[in-house]
Amino acid sequence: MSGDDNPLAELFVTFALISLFAVGGANAAIPELHRIAVDVRHWMTDKQFADVFAISQLSPGPNVLIVTLIGYSVAGVAGAVVATLAMCGPTAALAYFVSRWLANAREARWPAVLQASLVPLSIGLMAASAWVVAQASDQTWPAFALTIVAAIVAATTRLNPLWLLAAGGCLGFAGLL
Amino acid sequence: MSSEIVPAASSAREPHADAPSLRMLFFAFAKISLSGFGGVLVFARRAIVEQHRWMTADEFNETFALCHFLPGPNIVNLSLVFGSRLRGIAGGLVAFVGLLGPPMVLVTILAAIYGHFGQVHALRRALAGVSCVAVGLLASAVFRMMSPLLKKRDVLGLLVMTAVFAAIGPARLPLAAVLLAAVPLSIAVTSAKRWWAR
Repeated sequence: MSGDDNPLAELFVTFALISLFAVGGANAAIPELHRIAVDVRHWMTDKQFADVFAISQLSPGPNVLIVTLIGYSVAGVAGAVVATLAMCGPTAALAYFVSRWLANAREARWPAVLQASLVPLSIGLMAASAWVVAQASDQTWPAFALTIVAAIVAATTRLNPLWLLAAGGCLGFAGLL
Repeated sequence: MSSEIVPAASSAREPHADAPSLRMLFFAFAKISLSGFGGVLVFARRAIVEQHRWMTADEFNETFALCHFLPGPNIVNLSLVFGSRLRGIAGGLVAFVGLLGPPMVLVTILAAIYGHFGQVHALRRALAGVSCVAVGLLASAVFRMMSPLLKKRDVLGLLVMTAVFAAIGPARLPLAAVLLAAVPLSIAVTSAKRWWAR
């Protein structure tokens, strides 16, 4: 069951479903995006997924744009638009209705408990995202060392991350990884 | 409208009397989005709270917290919720399109370039280097989010976190199945902890 006849419908359903489980934002959804795009639907290889992740981090805008790139590689510009709307539309509509409902019924207690219980979940999901992309990109010792150094520099300084990404690109271009 | 009498008159109005036009909302969100490398939240806070003063810091935190605990990309949720608070549903849609539209065009152009030159070795090597650093940035974000749990010695929270990581990362289990187990578990643990602490 590949749904070859209508890739746009397939893209829409796939990303709308993923978005409903994307607790903790787009970066927490990366393992699931990878599982679906690489392992289940075979839209791209592991390496291509890492490339697409790199491009989405290099470009400005919300991190969810990795979905635009996956959609583009499946069905061109139409795929890019459909994938992005499917990932963002339904959940934004949900947020809109919940915020209106909360504004009417000021019940502040259960959201606080819910929020506190979702924190460890979203950290675990983000850590899994790092793990999944590292599987594809950190295949040599110098590459692994670069990841560690980038993590330390980002955690201990306020340097704009764009400089670190650019430095990584230069090192890769020079063939040092 | 001479400038001498305007301040007294405008200070008497309610806070949202000076709600921005739809055009302003669109351009504000496009600017937030296009200046946000590696995460847009910082720029959104700066523009909404400090630059335009459309919300107080507390209102912003409250709105963001809501958008954070709901599923989906947080900042995209925020754009629709925030825009609609200022200018109704049209404002929400304009902010949503302003946030997503311009970077989408940009990223699609990058995708087309990648489609043409993706097999060029130099480009692949450069992207591999970028991706190594991006993984490091993710790891540092994880560490920053983890430090409150470590400081509070929140053992149960750290256990839930590790279990979710192991299930999704190394074990590659489907997200839906893991969340269906982990969300109720985490809510139960958190509620029990709060009840115990009372």
